Amino acid sequence: MNAVLLARLQFAFTISVHIIFPAFTIGLSAFIATLLILWQRTGRDHFHRLARFWTKIFAVSFAMGVVSGIPMSYEFGSNWSRFSEVAGNVIGPLIGYEVLTAFFLEATFLGVLLFGWTRTPPWLQATAAVLIAVGTAMSAFWILSANSWMQTPAGHVMRDGIAYPVDWLAIIFNPSFPYRLAHMLTAAYLTTSLVVLAVGARYLLAGAFQEEARTMMRMGVGMLAVLGPVQLLLGDQHGLNTLQHQPAKIAAIEAHWRNTGPMELVLFALPDEHARENRAALAIPHLGSLIITHDWNGRVPSLADFALDAQPRVTVVFFAFRIMVGIGLVLIAIGLTGAVLWRRGRLFASRWYLRAAGWAWPLGFIAILAGWLTTENGRQPYVIYGIMRTHDATSPLAAGTVAASLAAFVLVYGVVFSIGIYYMRKLIRHGPQGAAVAAATLPHALPNLPLASARDSTRESRAEPPVI
Amino acid sequence: MTALTGAAYWLPLICAVIVGFAVAMYIVLDGFDLGIGILFPFFPREVDRDQMMNSVAPFWDGNETWLVLGGTGLFVTFPHAYAVVMPALYVPLIAMLLALVFRGVAFEFRWVAKPHHAMWDIAFSAGSIVAALCQGFMLGGLLGGTRVEQGHFAGGPFDWLTPFALLCGLGLVVGYALLGATWLVMKTSGTLERRARRSAHLLLVGVLGFIVLVSVWTPLEFARIGARWFSWPNMLYLAPVPLATAFFAVACWRGLASSRLMFSPFYSAMALFILAYVGLVISIMPYLVPPSITIWDAAAAQSSQRFVLIGMAILVPFVLGYTVFVYYTFRGKVRADEGYH
Repeated sequence: MNAVLLARLQFAFTISVHIIFPAFTIGLSAFIATLLILWQRTGRDHFHRLARFWTKIFAVSFAMGVVSGIPMSYEFGSNWSRFSEVAGNVIGPLIGYEVLTAFFLEATFLGVLLFGWTRTPPWLQATAAVLIAVGTAMSAFWILSANSWMQTPAGHVMRDGIAYPVDWLAIIFNPSFPYRLAHMLTAAYLTTSLVVLAVGARYLLAGAFQEEARTMMRMGVGMLAVLGPVQLLLGDQHGLNTLQHQPAKIAAIEAHWRNTGPMELVLFALPDEHARENRAALAIPHLGSLIITHDWNGRVPSLADFALDAQPRVTVVFFAFRIMVGIGLVLIAIGLTGAVLWRRGRLFASRWYLRAAGWAWPLGFIAILAGWLTTENGRQPYVIYGIMRTHDATSPLAAGTVAASLAAFVLVYGVVFSIGIYYMRKLIRHGPQGAAVAAATLPHALPNLPLASARDSTRESRAEPPVI
Repeated sequence: MTALTGAAYWLPLICAVIVGFAVAMYIVLDGFDLGIGILFPFFPREVDRDQMMNSVAPFWDGNETWLVLGGTGLFVTFPHAYAVVMPALYVPLIAMLLALVFRGVAFEFRWVAKPHHAMWDIAFSAGSIVAALCQGFMLGGLLGGTRVEQGHFAGGPFDWLTPFALLCGLGLVVGYALLGATWLVMKTSGTLERRARRSAHLLLVGVLGFIVLVSVWTPLEFARIGARWFSWPNMLYLAPVPLATAFFAVACWRGLASSRLMFSPFYSAMALFILAYVGLVISIMPYLVPPSITIWDAAAAQSSQRFVLIGMAILVPFVLGYTVFVYYTFRGKVRADEGYH
């Protein structure tokens, strides 16, 4: 394997593992802040118990996000040094602002949120949670601005192969940025809402932590029912924007090989990159045109309209996009079904729904990864769209060096983060402390979770200081 | 070198000062919490380790963020140096990042895993030691010189591996351990504090040994650095650096010897670190990548440096402000019975 492919694999691997944690903590910090504010306003204890419970899970997830994020900030230089030289003037400052406005804020106030329960007044605790939630969203703002600039570069001039900034507002608010930011933030909030809903549903099925579970169900369903349809609209607008700025990406997403008439919507196919056609295609005429151009007979540029060395490979983006959209539709269904059940007063009693929701927790993460695979692969063969090709962007390193570091990352991340996710499940299984209905029956009622040892739970409840 | 005037001269200099400041903040702040991990093997009792961990747990994440600011600061203001240094120091860099993964997650995992946390004690300790070693290797490798051809790194993956780099690596491990031990003197009480004082005495002797070794080795090995320090009138101007080092070494020793002084050992150890760092900066300037790339060669576009400096002028005071606030919130000694969140 050559060094470029290895560097790409390393970036894909490290960023895919990394994004799981921020995607979760962006939403979770907002959720915890909401709970603490609700507790301040209502004085109802179960909000406080829920906030403390989710803060523990947040801490584990956030630590994994931090340690998997630091390598990203060095990977630009270590594996992509020629990219750093070409783009450094433009995207460097965006990442600098991310550190200054977001990372310090999150990292510093995390200490207050995690360790302030007995040391600081409740309002400060709530403020810390709000600041962390703001910090995570600010972080998304800057890093998505940098990524969007690589997708739709603007506000710069090229001199001697190096990008120089001309207009910072045009750089930051480059054409695809507002759509990408809205789409990703919404995805993060949806992902967390689904996890919260799933945990609530599992507790209800197990007959444990009733009050907490109901709150989680209501908040989860409410968020899904509202944000799910919103995300559909945002995705649609993002698609129109991509058609305008990166039409080759759209052609690859739709496996649209030839522009012979209104585009059909390919529901399923096996794209044949060699013959440049679809096999076993199941397609609906005109629907592709309607969705992408909002016109029944709209014409969409096809892959045949682009030079072969200026278009992405089809297979990955075609399937990844369908996985993302498919999951999006499932999320909307979960949200709307939940809302209907809630209205009829049957949300907490419909065991079929609780079971489905309980299993749905990973869907948001999968959709986010699929979405990023679509947009990043769809940008190929460029690293900066239309400006710099990916194979010109790597560091002058031997393939063996990159292969060795890739193997080290896979090994370390594989071990450490698997254990971390296992610990998060352990915390969830253990449940909120001090709840009226304890978790005595829980391990047996959640057959798909590893069994908790009784010794563990008694020891942990002793180690916990009493809830105020 | 053609004479640079105005912004072309000052902007890179100001940026270098700020990146240098971020790196210095990282070294002293993450230095003490890495030091806690380095000391773990010498404090085997669980109750001691719990307290040691609790004493740094609210701060480690903020401390480590200075490493991100140092790295991205270099990327932002000196992309050319960043693009040469990172491939040149690839092996110790990746090893450091992976080591930081182990020790970073240990802060949370250790508590969730209890009572099966032995593995995370090892991860915390080994991760801290390897990270400190690698940072020393990177420093030594950078000082030793980087092969650059046509603006790109042109050496091999182990060019940094020299006896001098090994010395720097070991020196940094001992130095961070001293910071950690004096931190414990300040933040803990009872037997743990007494043991920390004893360890710190030994570590101080070790640190001074390494400072002397590096101070003798660098001017002998690198003629450029020798000329910087031992030519007239530089010797006169630079004399305060070794003199102040001697002063703080004595202050640290006396602080450790008195059972009442809790703060002076830590602050003196920090001062020693800052002085050693200033000494290195004096040795390296004006190069970012010795012996070929100066801060002016590596500078980003003026507009980029300006844009970032404006942000830093506004935001860094805020960052420092709320950092101080959090340290103040969690001031005082850690109690043995103080639970985790």
